Amino acid sequence: MIGAQAFLDSACTRSNTHKILNSDQIFLLNEIGETIFPETDTPGARAADVGSFMDVIVADCYTPEDQKVFLNGLEKLQDAAKKSFGKDFLKLSPQQREELLTAIDQEHIQYTKNKGQNDPAHYFRMMKELTLAGYFTSEIGATQFNKYNPAPGRYDGCTTEKPWH
Amino acid sequence: MHKNQFDAIVVGTGISGGWAAKELCEKGLKTLVLERGRDVKHIVDYEDMKAPWELPHRGRKTQEDIRRSPIQSGVYNFHETSKNFFVNDHDQPYEQVKPFEWARGYQVGGRSLIWGRQCYRRSDVDFEANARDGYGVDWPIRYKDIAPWYDYVESFVGVSGSKEGLPHLPDGNFQPPMPMNCLEKYVAERVKKGFNGERLIIHGRTANLTQQIGTRGPCQYRGKCESGCSYGGYFSSNAATLPAAAATGNMTLRPFSVVSEVLYDKEKRKAIGVRVIDAETLEVFEYYAKVIFLNASTLNTTLILLNSKSDAFPNGLGNGSGQIGHNLMDMPYGMGATGTFEGFKDKFTFGSRPTGIFVPRFRNINEKTKSPHFLRGYTYQGGAGRGRISWADGVGTQLKEKLSEAGAWSMSITAWGEHLPYYDNKVTLDPVKKDKFGMPVLRIDCEFRENEKKLGEDAMNSAAEILEMGGLKNVKTYDRGKIPGSCIHETGTARMGKDPKTSVLNKWNQMHEVPNVFITDGSAMASSSCIPGPSITYMALTARAVDYAVSEMKKGNI
Repeated sequence: MIGAQAFLDSACTRSNTHKILNSDQIFLLNEIGETIFPETDTPGARAADVGSFMDVIVADCYTPEDQKVFLNGLEKLQDAAKKSFGKDFLKLSPQQREELLTAIDQEHIQYTKNKGQNDPAHYFRMMKELTLAGYFTSEIGATQFNKYNPAPGRYDGCTTEKPWH
Repeated sequence: MHKNQFDAIVVGTGISGGWAAKELCEKGLKTLVLERGRDVKHIVDYEDMKAPWELPHRGRKTQEDIRRSPIQSGVYNFHETSKNFFVNDHDQPYEQVKPFEWARGYQVGGRSLIWGRQCYRRSDVDFEANARDGYGVDWPIRYKDIAPWYDYVESFVGVSGSKEGLPHLPDGNFQPPMPMNCLEKYVAERVKKGFNGERLIIHGRTANLTQQIGTRGPCQYRGKCESGCSYGGYFSSNAATLPAAAATGNMTLRPFSVVSEVLYDKEKRKAIGVRVIDAETLEVFEYYAKVIFLNASTLNTTLILLNSKSDAFPNGLGNGSGQIGHNLMDMPYGMGATGTFEGFKDKFTFGSRPTGIFVPRFRNINEKTKSPHFLRGYTYQGGAGRGRISWADGVGTQLKEKLSEAGAWSMSITAWGEHLPYYDNKVTLDPVKKDKFGMPVLRIDCEFRENEKKLGEDAMNSAAEILEMGGLKNVKTYDRGKIPGSCIHETGTARMGKDPKTSVLNKWNQMHEVPNVFITDGSAMASSSCIPGPSITYMALTARAVDYAVSEMKKGNI
């Protein structure tokens, strides 16, 4: 059982680490995340692998209804990319990606303002929230954007030092 | 049946059970300590050393958590690293005749692992309240009876706080307080001046250590209390009382022990022991002792009493008064206000402080402060802080830049109020339903009434007045609409009193009708008081009751 079978086993192991999203979707969400929260002088959301974080949270923490909104949202986002630019999101330039997601963000703001109490959240709110939460709780976000201090040892309620970089 | 004899039995290992165990063992009694849940060892069984990215869900609760613990998962400090300190709701269901959130932690240490840690002494304004307005029965004790015992427990616990010299909020044996931040100091000064000293903002008093006691503490300001604290930065049974009890060599700790009833001997007119269901095997055991302390927490102590039926006590152990299960109180809370502040733009905070500020009671403490609208009072807990802006419109670099900016300073205060003792607020045994241990299911029938509602409205509006006086802007009031139970200060169902006809326990927390059974958890309370942090009072009453029980044993009275 070497060669092909070993390859299959390793492939199975790899795909089993995903919970609800496939590798392509995780890749896409990392690119969406990077557009939402890009690399500047500090790393962006892709480096923090927010796509894998979303896989875990959507699978384990979301209700079935919210999972559906999220998963359909990936298709809606691709449809919007095709409608605006005639291309798959991944084929867009960074400027086009930002332009598209800025428009979807506006759409989500309008939707959120008008939605009923029992209506689900907009899919883009989920993606944006998970991008930010995933980033700030990742090792990269917590240590390179924020200043991570596991045991501050004291409280200073009046310091001029910012708690992030 | 196994027969096992001890000097003393303690039922429960939470805040009060831990103290009963420590005091009994230190006085030389061979003590069996029973805990219905699993063992939790200090440090070894905590998940507090994990970084957020090491947690699979980065702290969030899962759908499985909600299925397993639909009630517990709604508790404010239910978290990925604390969820194992909350009960699986399906293991012990209960009937909510009216909505009641019953937070439970079944493990060695009980809820002392997940408590709020605030510690305030009650004063005679509290101990005289029932006598003054006629609700409930008069407390059989006054402040002078408990004061030395507050001193005694506080010095062991480690309570940080400031001395303020207020008669209605007695000072204690405090460690230095955790500092206020710049906005809290500013607001405190303005409020004190603006209300002529009638309303004050003081340091929170908390069982988080600012100075080391033995191997415990000091607090490291990590903001992880509910995960257990490997530094021993806050008081818990696991960190403090149980190790002290174990160190005597007199403690036998038995986890997975669900006490189903107290065994009573009609001839001796005493309790002789307890019956225990092993939570893992469902095997039944009996244990015997000369004195029994019930510290199973208010509602489970009540369940044990009501389930301890005999010829002598057909309605439950020591229930000649018919009061057991009645007069259930929590505290109405969650009414408050929040506001923002335009200054201190170059100032930030460092470290995560496990406490905040406290506003002592200012209603109905004397004739001058009497409200025409409601009885009793309320206090506030709160704090100010400042963080990074956490959400903004847009995407990309401009979003990242916005989220790199500091938000405005803000401050909020939230009220904790008094719940009057109403006979009809009660727990009873469901006549049919049983849990998986064969124990009757509790029916909880508890509500807030007009007085709590009016008190809450006043608390909400006064919160806004205080913040406005403090110089905050955009002040908004809120009422979180909390249901009974959600304050996790359930009390009163086996109350202390002077008269055996109207109360269950005497002034020593001793059952009027069963002299070798003592109850020192929340069920003993004759009033809820509006002073949050009831645990320090349970601790003081426990140490006092053990001292009395052991002296009575020596005299041959028990």
